[in-house]
Order: sequence, then structure tokens, then C-alpha cells
Amino acid sequence: MSTPLDTPTTAESPREHPGPDRDLAQLGLAAALVVIGAYTVYDATTLRVGFGDPVGPRVFPYVIGAVTVVLGVLLAIATLRGDVAEAEGGEDVDLRQPADWTTVLKLVGVLMVTVLTVSFLGWAISGAILFVGAAWSLGSRTLVRDVIVGLVLSVTSWYAFHEGLGVILPAGILDGVL
Amino acid sequence: MDNLSLLMDGFGSVLTPQNLLFACIGVLLGTFVGVLPGIGPAMAVALLLPVTYGLDPIGAFIMFAGIYYGGMYGGSTTSILLNTPGESASVMTALEGNLMARAGRASQALATAAIGSFIAGTIGTLLVVFFAPALASVAVEIGAPSYFALMVLAMIMVTSVLGGSPLRGFIALFLGLTIGLVGLDLNTGQPRLSFDQPLLADRIDVVVVAVGIFALGEALWVAAHLRRSPLHVIPVGRPWMDRTDLRRSWGPWLRGTAYGFPFGALPAGGAEIPTFLSYLTEKRIAKRKGVDEFGKGAIEGVAGPEAANNASAAGTFVPLLALGLPVTATSAVMLAALQGYGIEPGPGLMTDQPELVWALLASLLIGNALLLVLNLPLAPVWAKLLRIPRPQLYAGILFFAALGAYAANLQAFDLFLLVLLGLLGLAMRRFGLPVLPLVLGVILGPLMEFRLREAMAISGGEVSGLWSEPLAVVIYVVVAIAVVAPLVLRRVRPAPAAVAEELDIHTHDEEKVR
Repeated sequence: MSTPLDTPTTAESPREHPGPDRDLAQLGLAAALVVIGAYTVYDATTLRVGFGDPVGPRVFPYVIGAVTVVLGVLLAIATLRGDVAEAEGGEDVDLRQPADWTTVLKLVGVLMVTVLTVSFLGWAISGAILFVGAAWSLGSRTLVRDVIVGLVLSVTSWYAFHEGLGVILPAGILDGVL
Repeated sequence: MDNLSLLMDGFGSVLTPQNLLFACIGVLLGTFVGVLPGIGPAMAVALLLPVTYGLDPIGAFIMFAGIYYGGMYGGSTTSILLNTPGESASVMTALEGNLMARAGRASQALATAAIGSFIAGTIGTLLVVFFAPALASVAVEIGAPSYFALMVLAMIMVTSVLGGSPLRGFIALFLGLTIGLVGLDLNTGQPRLSFDQPLLADRIDVVVVAVGIFALGEALWVAAHLRRSPLHVIPVGRPWMDRTDLRRSWGPWLRGTAYGFPFGALPAGGAEIPTFLSYLTEKRIAKRKGVDEFGKGAIEGVAGPEAANNASAAGTFVPLLALGLPVTATSAVMLAALQGYGIEPGPGLMTDQPELVWALLASLLIGNALLLVLNLPLAPVWAKLLRIPRPQLYAGILFFAALGAYAANLQAFDLFLLVLLGLLGLAMRRFGLPVLPLVLGVILGPLMEFRLREAMAISGGEVSGLWSEPLAVVIYVVVAIAVVAPLVLRRVRPAPAAVAEELDIHTHDEEKVR
């Protein structure tokens, strides 16, 4: 019995070196899938089943959650076997450089500022902050021009929605000014 | 000729000065946004959804039609002038189109793309006029079991047949289905996956999902990998064609249309296969005629795939209007837009709201014609947009994504969801997960559950009720074939893969040249 067991190990050995042919970050995605699937199933167990409804509210979450867990496990296996994700290309995407996650973090920060301030500062100001902050995060150093462009964009969009579409975006602290 | 007179009624309701103005604005906005580098048609439509919020449905539809075709045309302009296709459907156009542009024939490439799009779009839309009502009148008859089966078919097609990796397709699909679960259960009114948040119990707005995954996710992904060296943009004059170009283009236009429409109209969807087939056919015909300019910028290689792309885009309206099934990313966003007007695309749509459907089809034809009229002279202006500095461009995309998600419900919480979904979109691009199955899962998941429960309630809880209709059985057989056939084909005939590989080498050479 030892021979058939040994053969695969020797066949696998060249892959043993942890190198670029293994995408270990993908294991994180696999783990996330397992957690999401498991939570979906757990959440479904808390539902009450109604009357006269042979399917009930639980079946769909059960199936979706269970399959998600299985997919997570399959992805983990595929990853360990050397499956590498093919990242998406695009017009402005240069995949030859390492990913620049600092910029992404800055952008998410700027967006979160918008989320937190839009209700009381109003769209005209929060939107301008979003534009200026995002442009700066992406490497623009023409601050004055960006502020002008941002303000024009946000004030124009506020008026366009207000007058043209009848959607009233919050004016915030500029209430009465706009 | 009942359909034609209904279409004329549609024109009647659309052809007012105000609506024509909406159509013009739609075409201009759609092209403007579509030309911007990094923005494909799906993202263009998603970003422009809020523009139509205050309009009545007909005004909104005609604007959509303009945005839709404008966004598609804008995408092909970018791929010809930059050789960096924004989406898989324009890969084939980019191959020869960019070679033509580099050989100093950018104007002719843009002209053949524009006229080809117009011809294919018009023929395609007219075919929709004839096919969709016929299909819808059949579709009204089909019951919940068959409808459930159809949705399974659409999901299987989009995930396992079209994508490169079935495992990743299914991961994306089930993430989408999970997002679709969030909110109140239809029958019992209990919140699912809502974490005691009343705003989550209201369900996540599909617009927020579309904008988050398409626009924000893409912008964040580009931000992580922003090209620091500027791309070379080819200057362009006013598009024109001489008689030789025209003589060489009309065959590919018509053949491309013939390839594109059926693929768009079937639930198998997508423009990748027809554009690829059209490219191969034109190459073969050129070789037989002994005037093979492929690899040096052949006009046939732009005319054919571009027509196939647009005919397929028109074809997707058949399953979308008649069955409520979106088969491309752009049509998924269109479906979300229709739902925003309380319109539930599906078998009932054609009979319940015929005036809207015919107005939409008439709008598509008008939008298509306006596209040609406005864009041939404007091409040099659009080409200038490719030089927009990237920080401001992507800051603008973030700005409009936030505006779109926020204006839908005026909830700051939606913006928070947008950020989360944007991060999910970023992760999907990092891990090579396709976007379309996810959006399809979000949209079709709840509908599917509704149909399943309906079918089971009818059968009194018998699982066999799911295949009680002959049509349902047929569809499940098709699903089985769709799953098994690729596996068998791969084993029996490796030919298509070899062809694709040859083409890969070709594209690779392109990269090196650049």
C-alpha cells in the first residue's frame, strides 16, 4: 500500500515550494465563503415556518448557504492545487505593477467621510469633499483646480436634481443658501 | 403586420419634441460616459440611472435607449483608439481596429464601426419587434415550474458556459443569491440576513448593487493598478469612408448581424462568441479572396465584429422583454432600471403594458439613428476625452457613483452599502470572479424563490410539481446538455481551443508591439 501513496507525494513535491504559483490570499476568500454560507444557514434556522407554504422561508437560504460553503471548500482545494486567479485587465489597468492598496484605503476613507457627513453637511459640500479627496488620493496635486471642479460638480448636480428631476438632495448647512 | 402598427403607435408616443430632446441627451451622455476610458456600457448605464429618476417612464425609456447604444458605441471608440477593450465583447473590434488606427485609418475604422452598429442595431431591433411578442404570447402560457426552469437555465448558461472558470462563476452566482436573500421574506414577512437593521430588511436596492459592483468596484480596482505611463492616443479626424471601404464593409456588417442576433436572443447570451465567430469568418473569406489584410488592419475585422456586438445587444431585448431574463451585464442593469419604474419584465409585460414596450422599441430605433447622426461628426471631440487626467477621471466616477446610489433613496446608509459592495467588486476583480453571475443572482434570486414557492403551492408540496410541465422537462434537458456538452467537446475536439490559442498568440504579439 505504500507505493501508491508515495507516488502522488513525489509528483506533488515540485509544487511544495511556496511560490507565485500559489495564490494564498485566495484561501481568505474561501474562508469568507464558508463563513457567509454558514451564517446564511444559521440565520435561516431562526425563521418561523408559516402555514400553507410547502417551501417556507428556510429552504432557499439553506440551499444557498450550503452550496456557498461547498464552493468555499472547493476553492480552498483548488487553491492548494495551484489554481491562480486571473485578475481582470482593463483600459487603465497595469497588472505588471504590484497592487497599490494604500490608494484604495485612502479612497475608502474618503468615501466613509462622505457617508458620515452627507446628512448634515449636505450633498453640495460632501460631494465636493469626495471629489477633491478622491482626486488627491489618486495622485492629483492641483488642489485649487480640483476644489473648483469639485464645487462646480456638486453644486451643479444639486441644482440639476432639484430643478430638472425633482429629487431634492439634502442642502445641509447650506440650507437656505442654495 | 399587427406588430408594425403597434410599433407605429410606439413611434407616435415617442416622437414629441421633448422626448426627442431626451433621446439626444441620452445619446450624448451615453457616448460621453462610454468613451471615457475604463467605463464599459454596463457601468455607463449604471452611472446614468439617476439622470432618469424624475422622468415619466416613456421619457426615461427613450433616454435609456440613447444611453444604451451611446455607451456601446463609446466603448468601441475607446477600443479602436487605445487598443484596450473595456469589455470582452469589444476585444475583437480592438484587434483590427487599433491596427487600422495605427496605419492612419482611424477615421475609416470609426466610420465602419458607427455605420455597422447602426445597421446591426436597426435590423436587430426590428427582429425584436417580430420575435418578442411571439415569444411573450407563448410565455404567458407557461406556468411557474417552466419559469423556474428557465431561470435555472439562464443562470447555468451565464455561469458555466460563458465564463472561463465554472467554479468562479458559481461562487459569484451564489454570492449574488445571498445578497438577494437580504430583506423581508415574501410570504411570511420575516427579515432574513438583516442583522436587525430595518434599512436592510427593506432589501438592498438593485441600483446600489449595480453601481457598487460595476462602477465603484472597477474604480477601486483601477486605483490599485493605475497605469503610470500615459497611453498613446491616436489623433482622429472626421470619420469617413470611400467606396472601396463601403464595398468591403457591407458583407461583414450583414454577416455580423446574422451571427450576433441569435446569440443575444437566446438565453445563452453574450457577445463574445458571435464577435469571435464573425472575426474568424471574415478572416477566412478575406483569405479566400486573396486580399487578406488581417493583422495589418483589415476593415472587415472591424465591421463584422462590431455589427455582431450590436446585433447581439439588440437581441438581448428578446429574453429581457419577453421572459424578464437578462443575459448580459448591460441588460441586467437595464432590468434593474425597469424595476425602478415598478415594471416587472416577464411574460406579462407585453400584455399588461404594451404601450411602454412599443415605446421602448421605438426609442431604440430612434436612439440608434440619432447615434449615427450625432456621432459621426463628433468623433474628434470624443477622442479628446481619452486624454482626461486619470485622478480627476476616477474621482469623477466615484462622485457620480455616490450620487447615483444616494439619490435613489436619499439614505446615507445606501452610501455605506455602496462602499461595502464596491469593496466586494474590488475583491471579485482581484480573484477573477465574473461580475455578471453575481448581478444575475441578485436580480433573479428573489424571482426564482417566488416561482418555486408558487409551483410547490400548486402541486401541494410535491417536488415532482417542478417537472409537471413538458416545457420544464425540455428546459432541464437543455440545462443538462449545456453542462455536459462542453466537457465532452473538450475531450473529443480540441480544435476550438487551438484556434483560441492561435488568436491568443496574435493578441500577445500586439502587446509586444505596443
